Amino acid sequence: MKPFTYERALSPAEAAASAARQPAARFIAGGTNLLDLMKLQIEVPPHLIDVNGLGLDGIEATSEGGLRIGALVRNTDLAADERVRRDYGVLARALLAGATGQLRNKATTAGNLLQRTRCPYFYDTAQPCNKRQPGSGCSAIGGITRQLAVIGASEACIATHPSDMAVAMRALDATVETVKADGVARHIPIAGFHRLPGETPHIETALEPGEFITAVTLPPPLGGQHFYRKVRDRASYAFALVSIAAVVQRDGTGRVALGGVAHRPWRVEAAEADLPRGAKPTMAAILDGARPTHDNAFKVTLAQRTLASVLAEAKG
Amino acid sequence: MKFDTPATTNPIDQLKVVGKPVDRIDGPLKTTGMAPYAYERHDVAPDQAYGHVLGAGIGKGRIAAMDTAVAKAAPGVLAVLTTLDMPRLEKGQMNTAFLFGGADIQHYHQAIAVVVAETFEQARDAAAMIQVRYVREPGRFDLAAEAPNAKLTSADSGEGSGAAHEERIGDFEAAFAQAPVTLDATYTTPDESHAMMEPHATIAAWEGDRLTVWTSNQMVAWGRRDLAKTLGIPAEKVRLDSPFVGGGFGGKLFLRADAVLAALGARTAGRPVKLALARPLMANNTTHRPATIQRIRIGAGRDGRITAIAHESLSGDLPDGQPETAVSQTKLLYAGANRLTAMRLAVLDLPEGNAMRAPGEAPGLMTLEVAMDEMAERLEMDPVEFRILNDTQEDPEHPGRRFSQRQLVRCLREGAERFGWNRRAAKPGGHREGRWLVGMGVAAGFRNNLVMASGARVRLDGGGGVTVETDMTDIGTGSYTIIAQTAAEMMGVPLEKVAVRLGDSSFPVSAGSGGQWGGNSSTAGVYAACMKLREAVAQRLGVNSAEASFVDGEVRAGNRVAPLGQAAGVDGLVAEDRIEYGDLAKRYQQSTFAGHFVEVGVDAATGETRVRRMLAVCAAGRILNPKSARSQVIGAMTMGVGAALMEELAVDKRHGFFVNHDLAGYEVPVHADIPHQDVVFLDEVDPISSPMKAKGVGELGICGVGAAVANAIHNATGVRVRDYPITLDKLLDRLPEVA
Ligand SMILES: Cc1cc2nc3c(=O)[nH]c(=O)nc-3n(C[C@H](O)[C@H](O)[C@H](O)COP(=O)(O)OP(=O)(O)OC[C@H]3O[C@@H](n4cnc5c(N)ncnc54)[C@H](O)[C@@H]3O)c2cc1C
Ligand code: SF4
Repeated sequence: MKPFTYERALSPAEAAASAARQPAARFIAGGTNLLDLMKLQIEVPPHLIDVNGLGLDGIEATSEGGLRIGALVRNTDLAADERVRRDYGVLARALLAGATGQLRNKATTAGNLLQRTRCPYFYDTAQPCNKRQPGSGCSAIGGITRQLAVIGASEACIATHPSDMAVAMRALDATVETVKADGVARHIPIAGFHRLPGETPHIETALEPGEFITAVTLPPPLGGQHFYRKVRDRASYAFALVSIAAVVQRDGTGRVALGGVAHRPWRVEAAEADLPRGAKPTMAAILDGARPTHDNAFKVTLAQRTLASVLAEAKG
Repeated sequence: MKFDTPATTNPIDQLKVVGKPVDRIDGPLKTTGMAPYAYERHDVAPDQAYGHVLGAGIGKGRIAAMDTAVAKAAPGVLAVLTTLDMPRLEKGQMNTAFLFGGADIQHYHQAIAVVVAETFEQARDAAAMIQVRYVREPGRFDLAAEAPNAKLTSADSGEGSGAAHEERIGDFEAAFAQAPVTLDATYTTPDESHAMMEPHATIAAWEGDRLTVWTSNQMVAWGRRDLAKTLGIPAEKVRLDSPFVGGGFGGKLFLRADAVLAALGARTAGRPVKLALARPLMANNTTHRPATIQRIRIGAGRDGRITAIAHESLSGDLPDGQPETAVSQTKLLYAGANRLTAMRLAVLDLPEGNAMRAPGEAPGLMTLEVAMDEMAERLEMDPVEFRILNDTQEDPEHPGRRFSQRQLVRCLREGAERFGWNRRAAKPGGHREGRWLVGMGVAAGFRNNLVMASGARVRLDGGGGVTVETDMTDIGTGSYTIIAQTAAEMMGVPLEKVAVRLGDSSFPVSAGSGGQWGGNSSTAGVYAACMKLREAVAQRLGVNSAEASFVDGEVRAGNRVAPLGQAAGVDGLVAEDRIEYGDLAKRYQQSTFAGHFVEVGVDAATGETRVRRMLAVCAAGRILNPKSARSQVIGAMTMGVGAALMEELAVDKRHGFFVNHDLAGYEVPVHADIPHQDVVFLDEVDPISSPMKAKGVGELGICGVGAAVANAIHNATGVRVRDYPITLDKLLDRLPEVA
């Protein structure tokens, strides 16, 4: 860990402005991801802006009939919220499938969206990694890739986004509300929030330097049955090999988003038209163009079988 | 005390304290965070500075240059010592990899520098400032690829299992060729990490030329000897103290870089130094259980009797290393006139392979007991019955040499009965509950029982209190408690009257904790010392020791009754002795046995395996404390589930290192993975083993579990996986279609 300075911000605008003054600064929320990365010197911010005191920890109804979730709402509280449990079951289930009780008590909505990949080479500073050190190369390609991406990857990076919550939010079409360093607020649809790695895997989201997340909003409830199926090597406390967030309506239509397969939560809206025809055509369309490695080719089969299992359960 | 004839009736047989499920006497210390683990011993030396170890970033090669200027100038830094500052240090007797010194890199994360600073953060930060220029060399990182270069090698794990490089009894090839039912299968087990909770940690302080290390080590006397040897100082100048060990599983049997670099750092900085190996260093800097490739051939008559059995194992290690003794149990477990075992060792440039809980048997049974399941299937026999049919009451390689006790058949029969084995669908894939394909599996558990010389000192005080001192360690096993129970039984005092002090090299040398020998051997050493103390008490009180009974804090002989403490006088009364063993272990084969039963559910769609029920029925001599013994066995069963389903150090074969070097990447079972576990100990006393009539249990619990899980998966799904761990990707394309 490098020595760093620390301040407690008093308002979102102040947080953003402070970040604007010190471009390499980082916001710290729950710290469950950032501190680990700092200890390993994967992140080396010279300055931390603590945003825990901004009062952004409420969940309120929006005039459109949806929910506005403050950026600092803890994962535990979000999963326990009555409205979330009733109307956005996919989100509650995704949250509870992530990490552990202790971590969820600290982890925040914004921090969860912004957590970084779990690619093992990213975590080993002796290994080249384009995401950690742009231009140094990707150690994972040709190495141990069982956990890594099968679709949307690039020659520069094949990492996945590890969040469960974000997959559910992608299925729900959430919107990320921010305030930029210059004080201007904007709304970013979740579909455009996380980026594919391309040539610049170190740039992971649409956020500009210093841009601060204030809230995530959910559109009005979709109804239907909600599923979050997370497949992993042990029963808890493990990242997804593949996860499926699905909302299935009585007539067999619905939405599907995947975790564990790409650099961002993976959803192909056009493929959802196939849902009434079953898992095979749907997943074939969702994962069209997948380029798995030898070690993670099973994810393609796994995704299809998991969706089939979800759809079977939806039928009852 | 020499133990060379089978035990007869002795004070332990009273079983007033021994054999009772008493709580751990160190429990309150641990649950309140007061047990002094190595890194938290802030009070043992003043002015402790912090050390941080830097690991090499290449798998093989050498260091061309190191630039420490920036690190040395960093805030708070007291000393920077690099591997280029000294020639390669001598190796300890138990070490394969060199621990420090010189430019050569033998393996990834080999220690190449230690930074000492005022704070932990400063030391870690400065270590990252050291610039290293490496010259990489090609290395041998792929076990399968090195198979053609492997050499037949004999070995003794030093931990109870061992085998000649090649052993032949009868004519295996001919018998196998003639057998009407045969199996020839190859299995693999991966590299595994001990992954214990407490990392390797040491505080070191010098007083002139005398060194004290407060550390976490399973084998105090080995550690002291090897630290002295590595540093090139006389062993008498070294004191090692390790009263609490936060898990070891074999990872702390040996001297490691933490102790060496704390000592060197302290000498360089002129201050006591405290350091722990960072978690990411533990997989590649320390030792691990080596991967194996095992070929098993079994031939049997149609009646199910084995006529030919061969087990060949390949593993790898650094130069001068040893093979994993995975064939060891196959020499003893089943009958069969024609036998072959062989071990091959390939030279690899991966980190050092060495003992991990039940070295040899753990990976050996993961394969042998699957092969037995496969044979039973071919013979259309029940796998329990097939094993029972091939039981042997004598060492199959040395007919006439009996087992001291062998109740494997009872373990299997009683286990089958309790587990409801008769409800198992004989046809694989025949039992479905909703999403879950359900199956049951069985495996025999087998682990040799080793006895080791062990010493202790006991002191009686005027108040009738007894203090035991021995360099035995408690690695979470319950040594404190069973030693206290032993002394209480021997001296006729309640448990509260016994104080136990462990882990200090100034105490008498004990068996230490390894190879499941610790419980039986260390208590036998305490028994010996207590016998001597009883003698001394009787003498002081002027009674005949043969007539004296030690009961309720009193000594009774004829009409005389005296409080025990009376014999102590003001100065107390001290006795020291050591248990040593004759040739009983040669005359009899001493082993422990278990029947492991497992039920799993496999998700029919995703292939995720979840264990639903587990049972171990163990025959392991007298159980000194059923509560701590049960804890040992359920912990070992948990580790067996990890080995079966998830544990694997993933080798990057290009660069030569274990990639998943933290607890997020190296998965071990969590609570949600472990269902109800039942443990049954058969009533057994083994007078051949020691005056305690006990044997080891701490490793028996893992032996066979992995195979029982694998066999249950096969029973659930019909899919046979021969490569561990059995992750879902290995099942997926052989599971039934999902709609
Ligand atoms: C052992 C372990 C297991 C885990 N398992 C899972 C799992 O199974 N599934 C899963 O989904 N997650 C898992 N996680 C990740 C966990 O969900 C994240 O660490 C957590 O959600 C991050 O939230 P935080 O508030 O602690 O973020 P922090 O660590 O505080 O911050 C993370 C990043 O977000 C930035 N940030 C925070 N708030 C804002 C804001 N308002 N505006 C702009 N930037 C901001 C920070 O600067 C930082 O870059 C696991 C974590 C650990 C340590
Ligand atoms: S996959 Fe991405 S994160 Fe992993 S090593 Fe390559 S560049 Fe780094």
